Parts: sequence; C-alpha cells; structure tokens
Amino acid sequence: MAKTPHREWAMIIDLDKCTGCGACVVACHAENNVPIQTEQEIARGRGIHWIHIERYWEGAFPRVKANFLPLLCQQCERAPCEPVCPVYASVRSDRENLNLQVYNRCVGTRYCQNNDPYKVRFFNWFEPVFDEPLNQQLNPDVTVRSAGVMEKCTFCVQRIRRAEERALAENRALRDGEVIPACVQTCPPSALVFGDLADPNSAVAKLAGDRRKFKLLEHLGTEPAIVYLKGGESNVRA
Amino acid sequence: MSERKTDQAFWRRPAIADETEAHQIEDVRQQHLLLDPRYPLDSDRDVLDPMYRSSKRYWFFFALFAGLVLMMFTTWTVQMWLGLGITGLKRPTMWALYIVNFVYFIGIGHAGTFISAALRVLKVEWRRPISRAAELVTVFGLMTAALFPLIHLGRTWKFYWLIPYPNERQLWPSFHSPLLWDLTAITTYLSCSILFAYISLLPDLAMARDHTSGWRHILYSVLALGWRGTEREWSNHETALNIFSYAIIPVMFSVHTIVSWDFAMAIQPGWHSTIFGPYFVVGALFSGAGAVIIALTIIRKAMRLQYFLRTEHLEGMAKLMLLLSFAWDYFYFNDVLVPWYGQAPVEKSLFALFASGRVAPLFYLMIFANAIVPVTLVFKRVRTSIVGLFIVSLFIQIGMYIERFLIVPVGLGQNEIPFAWGVYVPYLPESLISIGAFGLVIFLFFLISRFFPLIPSWEVYEGQVLQGLRRIGRAILPTRAEPD
Repeated sequence: MAKTPHREWAMIIDLDKCTGCGACVVACHAENNVPIQTEQEIARGRGIHWIHIERYWEGAFPRVKANFLPLLCQQCERAPCEPVCPVYASVRSDRENLNLQVYNRCVGTRYCQNNDPYKVRFFNWFEPVFDEPLNQQLNPDVTVRSAGVMEKCTFCVQRIRRAEERALAENRALRDGEVIPACVQTCPPSALVFGDLADPNSAVAKLAGDRRKFKLLEHLGTEPAIVYLKGGESNVRA
Repeated sequence: MSERKTDQAFWRRPAIADETEAHQIEDVRQQHLLLDPRYPLDSDRDVLDPMYRSSKRYWFFFALFAGLVLMMFTTWTVQMWLGLGITGLKRPTMWALYIVNFVYFIGIGHAGTFISAALRVLKVEWRRPISRAAELVTVFGLMTAALFPLIHLGRTWKFYWLIPYPNERQLWPSFHSPLLWDLTAITTYLSCSILFAYISLLPDLAMARDHTSGWRHILYSVLALGWRGTEREWSNHETALNIFSYAIIPVMFSVHTIVSWDFAMAIQPGWHSTIFGPYFVVGALFSGAGAVIIALTIIRKAMRLQYFLRTEHLEGMAKLMLLLSFAWDYFYFNDVLVPWYGQAPVEKSLFALFASGRVAPLFYLMIFANAIVPVTLVFKRVRTSIVGLFIVSLFIQIGMYIERFLIVPVGLGQNEIPFAWGVYVPYLPESLISIGAFGLVIFLFFLISRFFPLIPSWEVYEGQVLQGLRRIGRAILPTRAEPD
C-alpha cells in the first residue's frame, strides 16, 4: 500500500447550531455496533454512547436554560488514556492524529477510563446483546466488542479506511468532505464538521480559526482534535 | 549479679545468695523474654506442639475460613462467567472495592518486612520472637493482594498479556503504564519476602526435623536443605539475612510508592498528588503494624505461646504504631490542606462531600479510627493491655480501609465532567469477594501454623545467649554482647 500522507483528522462542533436532538447518538449506535443497554443499566450509569449530548441546566425553574454539549472522544494529541494502558490497547496513530483502541488486545484494567478527563471511554460489563431486529443490521466493518473490553469513539475509522482505499484505487488524493463519520452525516443542522486539519483548504481548517473556538478542559494540556465553537443565543428556553 | 560463665549453658540460672537481688532479677526475667532462658527442649516443645495437636475449635475455625475462601473463589468464577456487570462498578467509578482491597492488603504486607528487616538492621531486640509471624503477614497479605488485580480485570484469562514474554507477534507490554511498574514491584517484593522468610526459617526447619518422625521428618529434611548448625552455616546464615535485610528495605519503600503512583500518575483530581508516595508508605506501615498486632495476639492465645510473646513485644509494636499514627496524621493533613487551600472546583466538591456530604460518616469514622483512637496508646495501661491493643488495631484496620475507599471510588466519583459524576455502592459479589479475602489471609495462617513454627526459636535462643544482666549501683540492667 502506498504511503498515506500525514493527516490531522479533526472535528468542529458548533454549539450555536446544536439543537440537542440526539440524531448523532442514534447514528453512532447504528454505525459502530454500539450495544444498546437496558433502561435499568442506563439508569445505573452503564449506558454506552460513543457520542452523547450532555445537558447542563442553567438558572432556576421556571426560567431554566438547557445547554447542550455533544461529547465524544476528543482524540487528544497528548491523550492521558494512552500511557496508562499496560498492553498498548489504547494507542496513538501519529500518522493520522487518531487515538486508537485495539479491542482484541484490551484486557480490561479500565485505567484508561480513570485517566480520561472527558469520561468518554466505555466498558462492556456484559456480553453485548442485540435484540431483534437490531442483530440483522450490524455493521460488518466494525467488530462487536466482547465483555470485558473498553471501547470508545474511533472517528469512524472504518469509513476513513474505505475512503482512503477508494481514493487509492482511483489514483487520486482524498478530497475534503469525502470522509464523513456517522454523526456528522446525520446532524440535521450540520453542527458537526469533519475533515483534515493538515489541509489548509479544508472546511475544518477554516472553521478552526473562528474566534468562537475553544477546546474542552484546555487547561489539562491534552490538545484535543475536537474544536468547539462557543454557543451564545442558541440555548433552548424551557 | 555475676557475669555468666562461658562454660555454663545459657539456660542455667546462677543461684543468687541475696534475697532482694534474687527478687529483682526474677522481676526483670518476667518482663523480658531474652533474660528468661529455658532449657531449649522445653521451648522447642512449646513451639512444635501446636503443630501436631489440633483442637476441635481449630477445625471449626479452619472450616469456617475455608468456607470463606471457597465463597470467594466461587463468586469470582461466577463473575468471570457472567461478566463484571454483576458488581456495582460503573462509569465513572471504574475502580472500586477490588482496588481498595488490593491497596489494603499490600499495605498489610508492608509491616512484616519492616519489622523483620528494619528492626534487624537497627538491632532492636524485641523483634526476635515476632519476626516470623510478621513475615508471614507480609507473604499472605501480598499473595491475597496479588489476586485482586486479576479479579478486577475485565478479561482475567488474558492476564498474562501484562507479563513481558517473548511471542511470535512481538507484542510487548507498555512500561509507560504504572500498572506494569506495579506488577514488577509486587513480584519482586513477593519473591524477596518469601525468600527472606524461608532463610530465617531454615534453622527452625532443621530443629523440627530433629524432633519429628514420619512424613513430617521427610518434609522438614527436604526443606531444611541439610542444615546441621555448624559454625560456618550460622555465619553464612547471618550474612545472608543481613544482606537481605538491607536490600529488602528499599524494595519495600518502592512497592507502596509505586502502588500510590497508580493513583498519583493519573490526572484525576483528588488522585493527582505529589505526596501520595510517602503518604501511602506510612499508611501501609500503619495498617500493617496493626495487622501484625492482631495476628500476634490471636497466635499467642490460640497456640499458647505466652512464654514467647510477652507484653514487652506487643508494647514495642504499640509504640511503633503510635509513631506511625502521628506520621499518618501529618501526611493526611498535608494531602488535604494543600488542595483545599487551592480551591480547585472538583477537589472543593470532594472535600464538601467529606465534610458534610453522603460520605461524611465514613470520613469522620476514619479520622476517629486513625488519628484519635491510636492516641490512647500514649498510656502504658493501653499499651500493655492485650485486649486494648487488639481493639485499637482493629480500629486502625477499619480506618485505613475507609481511607482507601475514600480515595478510590469516592475520589473517582467526582471528576472534571460533572455530567459523569456518580455514586458507587458495593454490590453483593464484590462484598463477598472482599470478605473472602480476609478469610483467605486467616486461612493461610491456619494452614501454615500446622506445618511451620510460628516462633523463630533460633532467634530467641540467639538473643538469650547474647543477653545478660549487669548491676550498676542499685539498678539491674540488661546488657547485650555483639555476636562477633
């Protein structure tokens, strides 16, 4: 395989546009074979959602505002979850600025989740169960994780690979916007934008210079690949 | 008081003409084991007898603790079969009771080597009869602790992936991870502790070999490695123990420091603390000293070893424990004051939880058990009371267990993402396994008490040979000769 150029996959999340609809969560579940937990398990805090909308309430009833924060693996350049893994299951891909999770190498020490300040890594407490008809629509490109391993957002690495292979077959460079993770594809108001920061002409590179930009828990120095654009008036009034 | 004649055997007591002096000497003898020599065969019998004679009560407790061990392993099997989901673990408290147990039992394992090695290096005489029991607390504590990372793993059956072994895929564990340092430190410490305990056991095994017949004789003959008690053997033995004592002390310090790094290296607020290394070492020695006292008081009573284990030994341990309690107070104060003064939001919420939140009862119980109860040890009456010491030590165990609980699951519950905060409550499986772990340590003690002498009689004889009494003015003082 030809040497792929250096990439910096990144995502822009415009909080001004996010309506908190949760379509990204559903899309991610469908694309990545994320097991759907029972209501009881989710109430206990065992739900697995690689991307989820965190809702923060502001003010006192009846004048409350809901703030939405779509949270997924931040694909940090200096990820705290990586060095603590004793078996290199949580490992860095410098070439494409991705934070990979090798499911079949994971032994389940769960140290990565402790050291993950964003708490976006999930553990398979039981063998995953897909009820009818969900078992009929599992994505063949993605492993179904067994009990006892950690999992997390991969930036839909299977879609990245597919697009790269297609570009290679057609003997051309990857075009901006060709790789679209499931959440980005589904987002109705296009609050999520995905692309290669290393390409100065890409949509993400342009948006990343926005004056509203911020990164989550920036004081920790993890250098996330996800750039949030501050939302002001988009908050929903209840 | 006359000097002991060199041609006289050490157990012979010279007749003393003056009655007052005889009373004075008798008083000193009752207090100090090393000044109260007996005919060695009598002492040997005291040490060896409980090994062959097991009472009904022994078998009752043996069955009880064997049952607890069985319960532990059954629960573990069920957990492996069904998945870790049957425990109360969840996001964000990914580490909870299993890691609490791990830290607690490693902590227990600390004091044994400390008492045995550090006090040997410092030539503290009262360590002699208690060193064996202390070393065994170390070995069994570590063995139990070493189980917990395995119980805790999501895929226990893949645990060997953490071990650097050559394989065709050229996969290697990551030495960036504190868990690998942990594994290295614990295996080093465990193998050193076992060797250390075994070397000091050699003369006793030879003694047991010479007093037994049948399968025991064969067993002890093999294990004693042909010990005959020649001058050369004793001198090599002394050298080996000295080397081990000096070498094992830094290993001991490293182990609990590295255990603390499992937490301190993480960026989790409440864990990310530079004082965790020495703080954990002191905490471990503190709880370990308590555990040794508990073990000694039970062994003393159950195996009728009142001749060997006297108030002076327990009092020495009590003084050590008092000192460690003050050290623990100092480190805990440091660990809390600095982040509290910083008022970082997450740590602030954690301290609010301690002071008046849902874990406040645990927090105050910990302060009471670790900082207030041990202060009673300043009174000689408490130090010399077996029951009093037992209760204080028990409080310390509770306090130190709570301390680890407050650090691990409670600390994890509050993090940088308020959306992911959570309350951990232990479920049945991890509770059963934790209870079973205590049962396992006690069970191993029950088991070994029927095979190996729990009192290092050779160390006691050595001390008795070297000790003497000397009169200075009206006082009679113990003196000690150097072996060479």
